[in-house]
Amino acid sequence: MPRMDMTVLEARHLSRAHPASGGLKPLLLDVSFRLLRGQVMAVTGPSGAGKTTLLRLLNRLDEPTGGELLLHGEDSRKLDPAQLRRKIGMVMQRPYLFAGTAAGNIGYGPSQRGVILSAAQIEGLLRQVGMTGYAERDVSTLSGGEAQRISIARALANEPEVLLLDEPTSALDPESKQDIEQLLGHLVRERHATCVWVTHDLEQAARVADLALRIEAGNAVGLGTPQEMFHA
Amino acid sequence: MLKWLFHSQLYLGLAQAATVAVTALIVAGFAARRGAKIGGEIPFALLRGLVQILLIGALLALLMRGPWWTSIPLLLAMVFIAATIVRRRVPELPGAYSLSLWCMSAGAGGVILFMTLMGIIEPRVTMLIPVGSMVIAQNMNIQSLFLNRFLGEVNAHRGEIESALALGAAPETAVSPYLQASFHASLIPAADNLRSLGIVWIPGIMTGMLLSGSSPLYAALYQFVVLAMIFTAGGLSCLTATHLAPRRMFTTHHQLLRVAAD
Repeated sequence: MPRMDMTVLEARHLSRAHPASGGLKPLLLDVSFRLLRGQVMAVTGPSGAGKTTLLRLLNRLDEPTGGELLLHGEDSRKLDPAQLRRKIGMVMQRPYLFAGTAAGNIGYGPSQRGVILSAAQIEGLLRQVGMTGYAERDVSTLSGGEAQRISIARALANEPEVLLLDEPTSALDPESKQDIEQLLGHLVRERHATCVWVTHDLEQAARVADLALRIEAGNAVGLGTPQEMFHA
Repeated sequence: MLKWLFHSQLYLGLAQAATVAVTALIVAGFAARRGAKIGGEIPFALLRGLVQILLIGALLALLMRGPWWTSIPLLLAMVFIAATIVRRRVPELPGAYSLSLWCMSAGAGGVILFMTLMGIIEPRVTMLIPVGSMVIAQNMNIQSLFLNRFLGEVNAHRGEIESALALGAAPETAVSPYLQASFHASLIPAADNLRSLGIVWIPGIMTGMLLSGSSPLYAALYQFVVLAMIFTAGGLSCLTATHLAPRRMFTTHHQLLRVAAD
């Protein structure tokens, strides 16, 4: 059983700049944090602050231009990108499901490393996200909330050690938003998953997170518990 | 009517070219008034096409007296120029020129070489240049269609592609549905040409062979051969592109580049 005080993810002076006319335009500057197993960190800040940029660096969908990211103390650049992304799963703002069935979507990640999920395993994942019996449903017929649930099950199918959530409830109606938030909160606690949850909703951040990181204009302007950050 | 006015074949040809060019310009003018963006390109394209075909006619007249191998540099030059034209269709794609050069070398180059070795294209200038140029030109169109469509698909499906990458998929797997769609779309015109051959249209080479006195049956068979060659070359170049194009769209760390389609 892995220890709960074990550092899973550590960002050291993580930065990203984008080439622009007149030099480099910083998107994220010198962001550092350390997350233990099972810890949930909310990343808050206004639109365009660099929250999604941070998640993309953690999943290596973009390359940092400075700093380093350690997974279990090991430099993430030493890992094959596909291997790293299986360990650090991501749920995007929109579900972006692949054409076909819910089962096909859920089995996609494991199939990339030659693992074919059984019908029972797929049904198990569907049950976890409250979608029992949806395995053969064409994803084009799903509502926004249902599609997001499938995308969560799809990310969980890889059994990631770290889960990145990029405003997973922001594109949903209020009812679905509450359901998905509760579902994610439950799944993260149940699995003791380390989680980075991007949200611009401070109340949501206070409800779900152990730590909160505030980013403004690409700079980390605060890191602490939600109580310290939002009720100071 | 023109035949009554012009008795020299050259002048008659020029008058015929001028008549169809004016007709095309009128149509382009109507298209421009309806907001089509091709209007401005047409006069230049018509003039350029006319000058190019006249030059090639003069060059052919010169080459016809030479040995067969003189057609090799000409065909190679056509492939290089075609690759430049393809690159202009997808300037945002990194390395588009070398990519299309490789793909057309594999497609058009491979088919012309194989068919010549098989004796289907006779190794003489008057055969290699016209048939080879048809294969190269159509290959260029197919290649442009493929890359343009692929770039558009990738830009329209960035979310899906990055979701696949985030799940641990290899870049080639992540773009695989869009490669298939581009492959299919780019070969539709060539497949339709084959399907409608002789029913909807009687293409140029057959008309030319009939005019020059060949047997209608042989002319028909050879027309099929040429269209089948075009389709094969197109398929080969697209297959090559499905292997090479994804590499141009991703970094070595499997990150999707930002490229904008026109």
